[in-house]
Amino acid sequence: MAEELDIARLRHVRRPHFGRIAAIVAILFVAFLLVRAFAHGKIDWATTWEFLFWPTILWGLFNTVWMSFVCMAVGIAIGLACAVAHASTNPVLKGAAIFYAWFFRGAPVILQLLIWFNLALVFPTLGIPGLFEFKTVVVITPAVATILSLGLNEGAYVSEIIRSGMLGVDRGQYEAAKAMGMTNGTALRRIILPQAMRIVVPPLGNEFIGLVKMTALASIIGFGDVVRSAQDIYYSNAKVIELLMVPTFWFLVVVTVLTLGQRVLERRFGRGFGTGGAR
Amino acid sequence: MTRTDGTSSVTPVVSAVKVGKKFGGHQALADVTMDVMPGEVVCIIGPSGSGKTTFLRCINQLESFDSGGLWLDGELLGYRRVGEALHPLSDKEIARQRRKTGMVFQRFNLFPHMTALENVTEAPVQVLRRRRDEVHDAAMLLLDRVGLAHKAGAYPSELSGGQQQRIAIARALAMQPKLMLFDEPTSALDPELVGEVLAVMRDLAASGMTMIVVTHELGFAREVGDRVVFMDQGRVVETGTATELMNDPKEARTRNFLKTAFTRG
Ligand SMILES: Nc1ncnc2c1ncn2[C@@H]1O[C@H](COP(=O)(O)OP(=O)(O)OP(=O)(O)O)[C@@H](O)[C@H]1O
Ligand SMILES: [Mg+2]
Repeated sequence: MAEELDIARLRHVRRPHFGRIAAIVAILFVAFLLVRAFAHGKIDWATTWEFLFWPTILWGLFNTVWMSFVCMAVGIAIGLACAVAHASTNPVLKGAAIFYAWFFRGAPVILQLLIWFNLALVFPTLGIPGLFEFKTVVVITPAVATILSLGLNEGAYVSEIIRSGMLGVDRGQYEAAKAMGMTNGTALRRIILPQAMRIVVPPLGNEFIGLVKMTALASIIGFGDVVRSAQDIYYSNAKVIELLMVPTFWFLVVVTVLTLGQRVLERRFGRGFGTGGAR
Repeated sequence: MTRTDGTSSVTPVVSAVKVGKKFGGHQALADVTMDVMPGEVVCIIGPSGSGKTTFLRCINQLESFDSGGLWLDGELLGYRRVGEALHPLSDKEIARQRRKTGMVFQRFNLFPHMTALENVTEAPVQVLRRRRDEVHDAAMLLLDRVGLAHKAGAYPSELSGGQQQRIAIARALAMQPKLMLFDEPTSALDPELVGEVLAVMRDLAASGMTMIVVTHELGFAREVGDRVVFMDQGRVVETGTATELMNDPKEARTRNFLKTAFTRG
């Protein structure tokens, strides 16, 4: 009894976190080595700084960013349609969705870029003969070829992500929605997809970040992204590494912003699930 | 309970005629025939796998059936009769027919991404296209009716099982259904939470709602049920008032079931 009374007066000491302390020391040490290496290395940081806000660089950055958003929008639109088609009881729709994902996930992106860009070799003109026709080389600019190849390719990946999200929603939710008199469309829009979003946002954020960097590939068909802008500059001044640091910096900035955006979405769609800090 | 003899001129809320349903080779429902009159509370009891859930799911068309017919409020469910043929209805028309029934599930199935209030307002706004502010007031009254007006802003994950089930009842009532279906509404609940849900159902029955309740709560069936239906192996074995069926079952199968049900409880 005396023991029990005494224990209430004793102080609770926090558990010591030796692992964390060791990790901090290790990280600081590695960071120190890296900073020292780069500071003493043959990089002229002043040049990097000078070109960081160079007009052509900012223009390239603008292109990279809008292209990423357009491709992601195309990807989400197609991915959503394919995911819904895949879940449909209509065998034709389902088959089409499966074929689409198979095809566009199968071919390397760089090939898809080159094929779209060189479409004129196959079809010199596009359109409906007699009604309207365009010369393919005029229509398929580097930007259009990039949107088509990256967007269609993204659609295939996004469809699988959305599908996994839809599969993650309990069957009872479909039934409750239907029992309330909702049509398939309303149930999807109001009940199933908002819940699927919670599961979908992290891998979708991942996909988006991957896509931002994939736009750099489009420089090979002449799209003026930020990497291309940096290359154009170092071709003339030979400051290769200094200028490669410029897009590197900007990509990190863009990815940071996107990561923050992802956190906001996670919190928004995590509402009511006791995760992602609802409330 | 003279209205149960089916000779009156009132249209039954539910009229099932020889409803049959097979899952693969397994006969889940066989020749189920029953009428449920306006204001009546029918309790369905029976052993596990006897087709109770399947029958409820046929009434609100979450399940299709293979033979026989079901009428809700005089309207044939799931099909349109053209001459001698029955043509299946479209998704939209089936959705419209479902509005007349409210369903309460064993596992609640509340929408977890919506607050209690949003769960209740969702279908009237999205399905009936009613104005959000007018729906809001009606929803608050319903939440008050199930004793949960103070939980309007809570998400389902923040509510106890009994509270969730009461919200689910309010959600179903928001569509102003002609018929309420309950599939073992208390069997996923801790014993001390069963009472609050049964109390809400008792009020609902007293207000004149037509109800079909699948339940293992024989006490509730006895107290609230106008009629008790005993099902076994997809068939209606015996029907009667609660007292008749429980004190003096005619069929051996009913007797056996009641014996095991009571010794278990
Ligand atoms: N989707 C399905 N696919 C195949 N068989 C099914 C399906 N749903 C139900 N069944 C079968 O139909 C029969 C009736 O099932 P039902 O769920 O209606 O029984 P129940 O009376 O509600 O039982 P319980 O008291 O356990 O809920 C069971 O044998 C069950 O295995
Ligand atoms: Mg059941």
